[in-house]
Order: sequence, then C-alpha cells, then structure tokens
Amino acid sequence: MSDLRELYQEVIFDHNRNPRNFGRPARYDRVSEGHNPLCGDRLTLYIAFDAAGLVEKASFEGQGCAISTASASLMTEALKGKTEAEAEVMFQNFHGLIMGTSDVDPAVLGKLQVLTGVKEFPARVKCATLAWHTLQAALHGEQQVSTE
Amino acid sequence: MNAPIPRPVQRAFEIDAIRADFPILATTMHDRPLVYLDNAATCQKPHAVIEAEKHYYETLNANIHRGVHLLSQQATDAFEASREAVRALLNAPSTQDVIFTRGATESINLVAQSWGRNTLKPGDEILITHMEHHSNIVPWQLVCEQTGATLKVVPIDEDGVLDLSTLDTLLTERTKLFGMVHVSNALGTVNPVAELIQRAHAVGALALVDGAQAIAHTPVDVQALDADFYVFSAHKLYGPTGVGILYGRHSLLEQMPPWQGGGDMISLVRFSGSRWNHLPYKFEAGTPNIAGGVALLNAIQYVNALGFDAIAAHENALLDYATAQAEVFAGLRIVGRAPGKVSILSFVMDGIHPHDIGTILDMEGVAIRTGHHCAMPVMERYGIPATARASFAFYNTFGEIDALFVALHKVVKLFKGPAS
Ligand SMILES: Cc1ncc(COP(=O)(O)O)c(C=O)c1O
Repeated sequence: MSDLRELYQEVIFDHNRNPRNFGRPARYDRVSEGHNPLCGDRLTLYIAFDAAGLVEKASFEGQGCAISTASASLMTEALKGKTEAEAEVMFQNFHGLIMGTSDVDPAVLGKLQVLTGVKEFPARVKCATLAWHTLQAALHGEQQVSTE
Repeated sequence: MNAPIPRPVQRAFEIDAIRADFPILATTMHDRPLVYLDNAATCQKPHAVIEAEKHYYETLNANIHRGVHLLSQQATDAFEASREAVRALLNAPSTQDVIFTRGATESINLVAQSWGRNTLKPGDEILITHMEHHSNIVPWQLVCEQTGATLKVVPIDEDGVLDLSTLDTLLTERTKLFGMVHVSNALGTVNPVAELIQRAHAVGALALVDGAQAIAHTPVDVQALDADFYVFSAHKLYGPTGVGILYGRHSLLEQMPPWQGGGDMISLVRFSGSRWNHLPYKFEAGTPNIAGGVALLNAIQYVNALGFDAIAAHENALLDYATAQAEVFAGLRIVGRAPGKVSILSFVMDGIHPHDIGTILDMEGVAIRTGHHCAMPVMERYGIPATARASFAFYNTFGEIDALFVALHKVVKLFKGPAS
C-alpha cells in the first residue's frame, strides 16, 4: 500500500475533511465553473482581488473526490496574495509537475507538493488538475471549463 | 461487529472449470489476483472466443460477400453462421432481420437516423425512460433537433423502478417510438418490457429495446416480446468488441432507407442513381469486423452451454450475498433496489467519493466501475455525482465478493482511520 500512501497523504485527507476557503463568498471579481465529465465532479472557483491587484481571497464550492477537493483547497490557500501573473506561473508549474512534463524543482510548489504523487495514477490526474484548469479559465475570463 | 454472513456453498456450477476458460481471470493487478467486478462495462472472453478470432485470421481471412474464391466463400459462411446463431438467440423470424453493427450504440443511431429522421415531424414525440444509457438518449436528441420532434421521459422512483403511473399521460398518439432499456446498467433494474411494448403498440408507437445489459443475463425472444427493434453489443455477451446487433421487424426494415452508403449495401451503382441491396445487407455498408462477427458465434455457444437458468441462479446468489454484506456495512448506501434486479450493485459511501473507492480497490486488485456509468440523468435523479458499481458475471465467486468487502473496509480505514 506504499503507493497509495504516496497518493493519499495525510494533508490530503485533512483538506478533504475540512476544505479551506469553501463556500460562495459575498464579494468576488472572477468566477469560473470547472467540470470533469469523466467523474461528474463540479467545482466553482471565486477570486476577489484587493486594490493592489493581489488575490485577496480565492474560494470554491462543489463536489469532488478527495484528490480534487484537496487540490482546490490547497490551491486557494496558495493563491492568497499572488498577482495574476504569479498565479499563472503557479498553474504552469503545478500542471507541468503533475503531468511529468516539467523539470522545475518540485519545491517551488511548497505545500502543494503533496499532490505530485498523483503522477503515478494516470486515471486520477484530472482530479488533481480540475481546480487548476478552473483557475486558468477564471484568469482568462472564461466562465466554464471542462477537463475533457 | 455484525454476525458474519455465511458464504454460500457453491453447487452444481463448475466454477473452477468455468474460470479456467477465461485466461484473464488468472492474471494479477498490482501483484494481487485480479478480481474483475466490472462486467457491466464489458465481460471477459472465454478461450473459445479468443481462439475463434485467431483461427479466423489463420485459416479463413478473406473479405466476405465479394469473392469467387473458396477462402472468401468460407469466410462468408462463417460470418453468416454467426448471424444465424444470433437469430436463434433472439428467436428472430429470419436472418434477414439481424443486422451486424459496431455495437448497441451504432444500432440505436441507425434506427434514429434511418427510421427517425425520415419519419418524425414537429409535434411527434419520442418517449424514453429516466434510466437510459446515454446511447439511448443522445441519438434521439439529435434526431429531435433534426426533425422538430420532442423527447419525453418516464420518471423513476427512489428504488430505481419506472413510475408507470405516468404512462397514461406520457404515452399518447403523438408518441412515435418508445425507447426502453431492458436492464439498467447503472441500477440493475429489469424493466417489464413486454408490457411496455404492448402499451406502446396500443397508441400506435414503435418500441425499441436496448438489450445491452439484458443479453448476458436473460433469454430474449423478440417475437414473444413483440419488439420492433432490439439491440445489443457482443462484448457484453462474452464476445468481441466492435460487434453489435440490430434486430428489426422485417416490414420496418424494408421501409427504412439505408443509413450509410458504401460497398455491400448496394445491388447496382450508377452515377444516375443506385439500387439498394436486400436485407440485411442494405444496412451493412463496408467491410465489417469479420473476425469479431465470426467469434460471436462461439460466445453464444458458450453461454448456451451454461444455460441462462444456471447463469441466473449463480449470479443471483452472488448478488444476494453481496447485498447482504452491503446492507450491514456502516456508511454504505445501495443505489438501485428494484425487486428482481440483475447482479449489479451500485453504491455510495458516506464522505468518500466513488473515485477514491475505485483507486483504493484497484490497488487491491479489485476492478469496479466508478462514475456516472453513462447515465448522468440517473445520477442527477438521486442527487449524487457518481456511484461505485460492482457487477457480477457467472465466473465470479463468493470469495471475490469477500475480497471486495475486505477492500472496502480498507477504504474506510484509510479515510476514517485515526488521523494521528
Ligand atoms: C444499457 C446500455 N446500453 C447501451 C450501451 C452501449 O453499448 P456499446 O458501448 O457497446 O455500444 C451500454 C454499455 O455500457 C449499456 O450498458
């Protein structure tokens, strides 16, 4: 079961049980809805910027598996205080490392590193990237995105 | 702890010998013996079917219906022998009414496009049920868009049973076709198709039965059912992928124009216009999956040799055993509790998404399906994004059901275990 523990690290269970920044906020500047038709998971991401253009709060709601919920929860934490350009870089790094197409040092991901175990589970990669594709859509002003 | 549920004693069904006929059942996944419980998605293939495809390519391979040479004749004979086996399986009146397609999906699209597109008008209605597979929903949506006809849906209740009280209002003279799944892949429900077909005919509508799941579990007699169309896929009957069947009532098939054009489906081609071949070839344009079609015969022979009574008895015992274990499993809820359902156990677990269940079971060698099972409206009906589904075939054992529940306990332990 060592492989399973690679995938399901305690941090992931923690964020699945108690997702951070969960729920629809009163104020937001961007919203986007992500959908993974393969498993039926849906997620709505809300982003509010402060006066300086930094992410003041990112939040989400929806239904998903442990991997997609934890990924969304960790992502919203990591987005706080970032500029749009920095968020874009986070997306590129995360996506590249999960897909195994990037050779940046995984340490750049910080806490999000716990999700890189999903690399060994190709059937679950889309679970981990759903929130991120939704982020990408929100940054580009798209209302809806599908992982297919 | 609940009292352990006694494992039934295997009787009169040579399970070890049967399992030995299916090479894949002896393989391992993640270093564990494969426990294959995804039979509703596709069944495993017996040696006889695998050998038949190999034998075809080694000794019979030629194109069919188009060669004067002996090899082509032999290939044609083998393909047509399979058609006759399908005719007998369904008790169709004639092999002319048995059309080879790529699968159940293509069979339904054929009817929707050949019959529906040329017949339907604005104001006409197609009726289907809430428990259809996407393949018996989307082709009708497409043809409704093309013709202006309207799609109506028979609702289902909490247990996954059709709410027939709605038929009086839903089934009217506007209804031109009633499409119904014989056995639901998501819920296991067996629908009263004979009665539904009668009701359809009473208002002058045709009836199409999606037999994709039913074909492996119950004998089918299209004449006794009085079905206008009956479709299934060979791969869910222990046969090859890429081969499907459309049975159609002869008079309807005669009237229907070809759907695809090409070789084999014509009797005469001129640039001024072509003439169609007779049935069933009118609907079989191009070179089909000949090897697969030929090997379907062996799948049918295999199932017939076991007999549907023996198959049902064993599968029902497996389902009862699994259901009994599921009912005492804390936090597990069965989705689909229709009386007399087939050996499909769909379920959800408190706080654990089906996808996570599927991954963890997979690491234990247990293959189940998780997701919406190509039946999103069913998921929506029950307000869930997905289910986990274990579906049992005659080669499954009580020990494999134990393995399923041992693995499910591991899932719970991993998810709910003391977060130290
Ligand atoms: C009830 C039902 N109908 C239709 C289909 C479609 O079969 P195929 O994909 O072989 O065309 C399936 C397969 O999952 C099914 O379960």
